Amino acid sequence: MANATLTRHDAAASGPEPAHRRRGRRHRGEDLTKILFVLPAALAMIALFGYPVVKNLLMSLQDYGLRTFFTGEAPWVGLKNYTTVVTDQLFSQAMVNTALFTIGSIAFQFTVGLALALFFRRRFPLGNLLRSLLLLPWLLPLIVSSATWRSILEQDSGILNRTLTGLGIIDDPVPWLNSPSVALIAVIGVNIWIGIPFNVTLLYSGLAEIPEELYEAGQLDGATGWLAFRYITWPNLRAVASVLLVLGVVYTIKVLDIILGLTGGGPANATQTLATQSYERSFIDFKFGEGAALSNILIAISLVFAVLYLRATRRAVDE
Amino acid sequence: MSDSTVRRGIYTVIGVLILCVMLFPVYWMVNASLQPSGNTLTAGFLPLDPTFAGYRRALSEQGQNLVTSVIIAAGTVVLCLLVSAPCAYALSQFRSRWVGIALLAILVSQMIPGIVIANALYTAYERLGLLNSIPGLIVANCSSGIPFAILILRSFMLSLPPSLVEAARVDGAGLFRAFVAIVLPISKNSMITAGLFTFLFSWSDFLFALTLTTKGGVRPVTLGIYQYLGTQVQNWNAVMATAVLSAIPAIVLLIAAQKYIAAGAIGGAVK
Repeated sequence: MANATLTRHDAAASGPEPAHRRRGRRHRGEDLTKILFVLPAALAMIALFGYPVVKNLLMSLQDYGLRTFFTGEAPWVGLKNYTTVVTDQLFSQAMVNTALFTIGSIAFQFTVGLALALFFRRRFPLGNLLRSLLLLPWLLPLIVSSATWRSILEQDSGILNRTLTGLGIIDDPVPWLNSPSVALIAVIGVNIWIGIPFNVTLLYSGLAEIPEELYEAGQLDGATGWLAFRYITWPNLRAVASVLLVLGVVYTIKVLDIILGLTGGGPANATQTLATQSYERSFIDFKFGEGAALSNILIAISLVFAVLYLRATRRAVDE
Repeated sequence: MSDSTVRRGIYTVIGVLILCVMLFPVYWMVNASLQPSGNTLTAGFLPLDPTFAGYRRALSEQGQNLVTSVIIAAGTVVLCLLVSAPCAYALSQFRSRWVGIALLAILVSQMIPGIVIANALYTAYERLGLLNSIPGLIVANCSSGIPFAILILRSFMLSLPPSLVEAARVDGAGLFRAFVAIVLPISKNSMITAGLFTFLFSWSDFLFALTLTTKGGVRPVTLGIYQYLGTQVQNWNAVMATAVLSAIPAIVLLIAAQKYIAAGAIGGAVK
């Protein structure tokens, strides 16, 4: 049918330039091929990101719970899920923990990462090999890192406490993951360890792009050491650094694996974050509406930083 | 002259020390995996009396899960590359105002927490009968693989001159033929990079394994480790042996594909 229409249309046009018409038809077929290039990926993105976002928005306005899976009914409840999760006494603690976890992780990942990147910029034997081996913690599955750190931080027989008591730094073993007052610090510490390699890699590549001549010119003006860093390195690194920091926030704020593997949100909810709370409400309590409401709050916070991120990348592209 | 040689030697020593501190946990994982079984960690700094009991136990208890993880990771690589490569080519070579919108969509997708995807997929999978299934986990894992693969492949394909494909087009090859016969072979290295990382993402996945399986049948090894850690750990050597086995893809990637890794890290993050 489509073919017939096409032929009739072609015959009716009966233009003086058959070659041009042929090209036109080929173009139309080509547009279709071009669409087919993108179609699978577009469908995948819609199914894996578009659908979940919409579905979460809808679920957060529904009483979507265990019963829904049997009856198929999910009554609309307006903003009830949001008020339930926000007025929960755990919410403010989860917010504070999320903020502490994110800020603490990024501050140290970035400063240590920058120090190491600067160090590896000095050329020395084996430097490149050592720098690439440094990436290993970032490549390990997060649950593997969690398991390893669980064994290191084990209260009675873990190597950290045994070493610290052996050196006489502490008298009694520190309950790293078992005490509400230190668990969050321990979890942040592990996350810093995981994130340093990524920061080193990106900052190193940022440093490598700063032209050598700037330093040579600076040297003539007496800008060496700290002055060179302050007036040459840092201004030229700002674009990469801002992208890295915002990206860090967006990635860190949703971390779930490490916390579940290390503490499961405990002890006494000391390491609960928005992400762990959302997981628990959906998959432990089977209150998907409330879990969705929490994860939407998480997205809203991420979105603020997403805007910052896009601005930062645009600036990075402009420069 | 010799002064600077000495200084560079000192830098190397400092570099090695930094590496020792940073990689100590990895060493400790290997060390603890070679200790005799038990629920305490009395291991010394060196495995002076190594035993493979932990590995025997790990393989008998987690062997099936390791195979499951390999199948899922390999399936994710195949599906992601099939979907991403044509799209990356289109985003690098076709002129359209949609290109900018598509790239923006990919960037924004990175802000979406995994738990949001898990929430929605669980309810959908429950109806489609995809819970506790390998295809279900492969599709879910594509959520980390596809955006990354598109960005990596596109940043390489941007450097391809359009004349390359045009020459084949003159000979009568269709757009798709030209893509398969010319673009894909040239993009081999970036396909390897994207494939390696996708394998690693999928292999490392824990969140989807945890949320999209409800009973024993399909259990990736990450979930196996999590269940080991569940309550009181009974056999640390088996846990750590499983951890070592699960770290093998990362270690192989680091050694065999070193030059691709930095490219992947940078391409995926900044581009």
